[in-house]
Amino acid sequence: MTATILDAEPLSAAERRSLKSRLRRAERMGRVRAYAAVAPLLAFILLAFVVPITLMLINSVQNPVVASQFPRTLTALAAWGRTAEPTPPEGVYEAFAEELKVSRKAGELSKVATRLNYDSGGMRSLLMGTARRIKDGDTGPWKERLLAVDAAWGKRETWAVFRQAGDPFTAGYYLAALDLRRDADDQIVRQPEDQRLYVDAMSRTLWVGALVTFFTLLAGYPVAYLLATLPPKTGNLLMICVLLPFWTSLLVRTTSWIVILQREGLFNDLLMALGLIDERVQLIFNRFGVVTAMTHILLPFMILPIYSVMKQVPPSLVRAARSLGAGPVTAFFKVYVPQTMPGVSAGALLVFILALGYYITPALVGGPADQMISYFIADHIGRSLNWGLASALGGVLLAGVLALYAVYDRLVGVTNVKLG
Amino acid sequence: MKTKATINPATNQATPFTVSGSGRGKHGGLPLKTFAVLALALISGAAAAESAITVTSFGGTYGTSQIEAMHKPFSAASGVKVLSEDYNGGLAEIRAQVSTGNVKWDVVDVETAEAIRGCDEGLFERVEAASLPKGSDGKPASEDFFEGAIMDCAVRNISWSNIVAFDSKRFKSDVPKTLADFFDLKKFPGKRGLKKEPNVNLEWALMADGVPPEQVYAVLGTPEGLQRAFRKLDTIKGSIVWWQAGAQAPQLLADGEVAMTSAYHGRIFNAVRNEKQSFVPVWDGQIQVSDQFAIVKGSKNLAAAKEFLKFATGTKPLADQAKYVAYAPGRRSSIPEVDSSVRFWLPNAGHPGRVLVSNAEWWADHADEINQKFAVWLAK
Repeated sequence: MTATILDAEPLSAAERRSLKSRLRRAERMGRVRAYAAVAPLLAFILLAFVVPITLMLINSVQNPVVASQFPRTLTALAAWGRTAEPTPPEGVYEAFAEELKVSRKAGELSKVATRLNYDSGGMRSLLMGTARRIKDGDTGPWKERLLAVDAAWGKRETWAVFRQAGDPFTAGYYLAALDLRRDADDQIVRQPEDQRLYVDAMSRTLWVGALVTFFTLLAGYPVAYLLATLPPKTGNLLMICVLLPFWTSLLVRTTSWIVILQREGLFNDLLMALGLIDERVQLIFNRFGVVTAMTHILLPFMILPIYSVMKQVPPSLVRAARSLGAGPVTAFFKVYVPQTMPGVSAGALLVFILALGYYITPALVGGPADQMISYFIADHIGRSLNWGLASALGGVLLAGVLALYAVYDRLVGVTNVKLG
Repeated sequence: MKTKATINPATNQATPFTVSGSGRGKHGGLPLKTFAVLALALISGAAAAESAITVTSFGGTYGTSQIEAMHKPFSAASGVKVLSEDYNGGLAEIRAQVSTGNVKWDVVDVETAEAIRGCDEGLFERVEAASLPKGSDGKPASEDFFEGAIMDCAVRNISWSNIVAFDSKRFKSDVPKTLADFFDLKKFPGKRGLKKEPNVNLEWALMADGVPPEQVYAVLGTPEGLQRAFRKLDTIKGSIVWWQAGAQAPQLLADGEVAMTSAYHGRIFNAVRNEKQSFVPVWDGQIQVSDQFAIVKGSKNLAAAKEFLKFATGTKPLADQAKYVAYAPGRRSSIPEVDSSVRFWLPNAGHPGRVLVSNAEWWADHADEINQKFAVWLAK
C-alpha cells in the first residue's frame, strides 16, 4: 500500500486542477445537501417569524395616510413653519380646502380624520364637520371661511398635530408607546399625568414575569429533582401528573382558579372552616391571583428542562463530595446545583418570555391594576384599530426582551443553555 | 337574474316560528310563505343569483333570535342559504378581511360606534335609505325607522339598554330606584358590578351627580366634566367588581358577589324569564345602544347580502326577534306586533326615570383619548 504511493508519479498540473475542482464540487454538493435538509425549517422560521415581525416593525413607523391626501397643505405648512407668523398664511388654507374637497370625494377623508384623532381627541369631528360645511363649488378667501367654521383652524396646536401626522414615516407611535408626545414646537415632552399608561404597564409586565419565573423555579426545582431520582415506575406516573395540565385548555385552568380562590370559593370556605380567618379574604382579581394562576400554568415549562438536565447529572459526584467531607448543604449547592444550571437558565428564560406575552390569564384573574402590555396591544388591534400603536408597543416589548437576552448572555452565556 | 322568489322546499320544512315557553305571540293573519313572497315582491329586482351568504353576529340567545326570525324565513323566501357565524364585536377581523381582499363575511351585526368607525374606514358598503322596504302600515322606511336608525353604512335592527339591576332577595324594605342609589354606599352597602370600559360608567357618574341627560355629553367633553365623572366614580371605586362579558353581570348577582350591577337589560330579562331569578331592573338612567346590520365592503355576494339586509330589517322579522330577546325593534311599525309578555321589557316601553341615548358620534371622537385616561384611572 505505502509502496505504491511512494512509487507513484507526481500529479501533472491538469490532473491536480481537476482533482481540486472535483473536491470543490463534492464539497459544494455536500453543502447544498445540508441546506436542502434544513430548508423547510428555514422557510418556516422565515414565514412564521421573521416576516411577520418585520411587517409589524414597518407598521409601527409607517404613516402614509395624511401625507398621501394633503401633500400641498403639508408643503405650505412647512414653509410657514420657517416664518414667525402666528397663524398660517392664506396659501395653507387654500391648499387645505382644495385637498379637503378631493379627499372627501375619494372617500379617504375619514381615514385621515381617524388618524389625526389618535394624536388629539376631537380632530376627527373637526375635520369631518368642516368637510360637511364646505361645498364643492366654494371658493376662497379660505382663511376667514375656515376660521368661521371652527376657531380651531386658527390655533397653532391644530396645525402642529396636522404637520406631525404628515410625516410618511413617523416616530409618533413609539413616542406614544413610551408615554411621550411632541408639543406644538416639536419638542418631545411627557404625556399629561392622566394619560401615562404604557411605561407602567411595561414595567408591570416585566415585574410579573420575574415573579412568576421565581415562583416556578421555587416550586419546580424540587419536583424536577424528585422526577429525576425516583425509580422509573413512580417517576413516570409523576411525569404524567406534570404533563396533565398540557392536555387541559388554558381557559379551563384559569377559570378553575377563579372557582377555587373567589370570596365564596373553596379555599376561603376551607380557611373559614378551619377557623384560620374570620372574614373572607380577597385572593383573586388582584396581583396574588395573577401570579398564582400564571405560576401554575407555566410550571411544566420550568420542570421539563431542569428535569432533562438533572437526568444527566451522575449521582456519584455528590457522593464523592460527601466522602471528601462536604456537608449535605455544601455538597448540594457547590456540586449539584452548578451542574443543573443550564436547565435552570433554559427554564427561566422560557417561562419569563412566555409570561411576558400572557394575555388571557391576567385579563380573567387580574384586577384593574394588573393588566399586562399584551392586553393593551390586543385592545388597540381589536377595539381602537390603532394598529400603528399596537405595533409600536410590540416593538418596544421586543426590544426589551432582546436587551434582557443580551444581559442574560453576558451573565450566564446562552451557549450554556441546555434543553436535554 | 331571477326576479321572482322561489320557495325552497328543503328549507321550508323547518318551521322557523316555534314560540318557546310562555306567551304565544299574536302575530298572524298572513301565513309565512305568503308574507315572504309579498315582502320580496315589494323589493324591486330581487336577485338571488348567489346561493349562500354569511351573516356574522354575537351568538347566544341574540344569535338564535336572528337565525329564527331572519335567517330561516329569508332562506325560505329567497332560496339563498344563510350561514351564521359568531364573533365578539370589534372591527379587527373585518378590517383584516377587507384589506386582504378575502371577504368571508357578507353581513355583520355591529354596534353603532363600530358602524361609524367602519364606515369612516371604508370597511362597509353604503346603504340607500330609499331602497329599504316600507313598514307594514305603509309608511316609508325613512319615517318608520326610529331617529338615527338608518346610517350611512348600516341599518338598525334593535336597541338595547345598559341598566342597573339588583336581586330582590337581598333587599328587604328599601330597594334601589335611581342611579343615585347605585352610588350610595351608605344607604345600600355592598359591592357594585360595572363593565370595564369608560362608556356608560362616565355618563352614569355625571347623571348620578345631577347632570340632566341632554347635557351629559356636553359636560363630559370638557376637562372639568371628565374629572367630575372620575371623581364620582372614585367614591365607589373600592367597591367595584369589574366585569367584561355580558354573561358575567347576572352571574355576579346570582353568586351574591355584588349588591347591584350594571347589565345589559336582555341578560336580566333572560335570567328572570328562563332561570327564574328574582332580579329587578332599575330603569332610571338607562343608556340605550343600538345594533345594526352592515354589509362588508367587497362582499362576494353583494346582491344577496343587500336582499338580506332589506328583508331582515322589515317590520315582521324585527318584531319576531323580540320573542327570543327583549330588544326594541328599530322600526315603529314593529312595536305593536311584539309579544305582549315581552313588551314591558323593551327599553322604550315608557319606563320611569331618565333615558340617555348613547352618543356614538361623540364616542367615535373621544374614545382614543378617554380609553387611555380610563385605563390610567383604573390602574391607580
